[in-house]
Amino acid sequence: MNITVAGEKKQYDEGITVAKLIELENVKTPEYVTVTINDDFVESGTFDKIVIKEGDQIEFLYFMGGGQ
Amino acid sequence: MIKIKKDDFEKIVNNAKENLPNEACGLIGGKLVGKDKIIEKVYILTNIDNSNEHFSIDPKEQLATVKDMRSLGIVPLGNWHSHPESPSRPSDEDKRLAFDSKASYLILSLMDINNPVLNSFHIFGEDPKESLKEELVIE
Repeated sequence: MNITVAGEKKQYDEGITVAKLIELENVKTPEYVTVTINDDFVESGTFDKIVIKEGDQIEFLYFMGGGQ
Repeated sequence: MIKIKKDDFEKIVNNAKENLPNEACGLIGGKLVGKDKIIEKVYILTNIDNSNEHFSIDPKEQLATVKDMRSLGIVPLGNWHSHPESPSRPSDEDKRLAFDSKASYLILSLMDINNPVLNSFHIFGEDPKESLKEELVIE
């Protein structure tokens, strides 16, 4: 299936979950990553249940914060 | 070394002052030239913590910013935030919540409101993380 990850077109097997995609993309510190599919934010804790579909556009966003 | 235009430096300072007493924050995008980073656009984003001691960048705005950078052909270089009452150096929390060792973390101190101090840092390693000051050129 063809999907877009962080703006790049990629091919992956049908039926992979968000969690599997995170693994395949070697996303570092995934516990601090927010995922969007077609601009919708994926609820944390559901990464192993949400299945990626043909044509989906996925972004990985790292939490950005801190304090003085 | 990282370069920022004087106008962009002033944009950060002005926004940080407008947001007092809270911390202000945003992202920086630009180009990599050899080992140097050239900031081409400073993004002012919302601190959803609305706090004078913490900041969290609004993830929806972060997503829009990433897409804007992509459309402009520039890359994310890091982020910036203000310290209204403390020096321009990474706090323990800044270090703990820094996940990209290649990113530049710009910190603006407004301890002396008439003399804002902006420094850039790399934050790396495992707990406890370390920080290294990066040469910052304002031109």
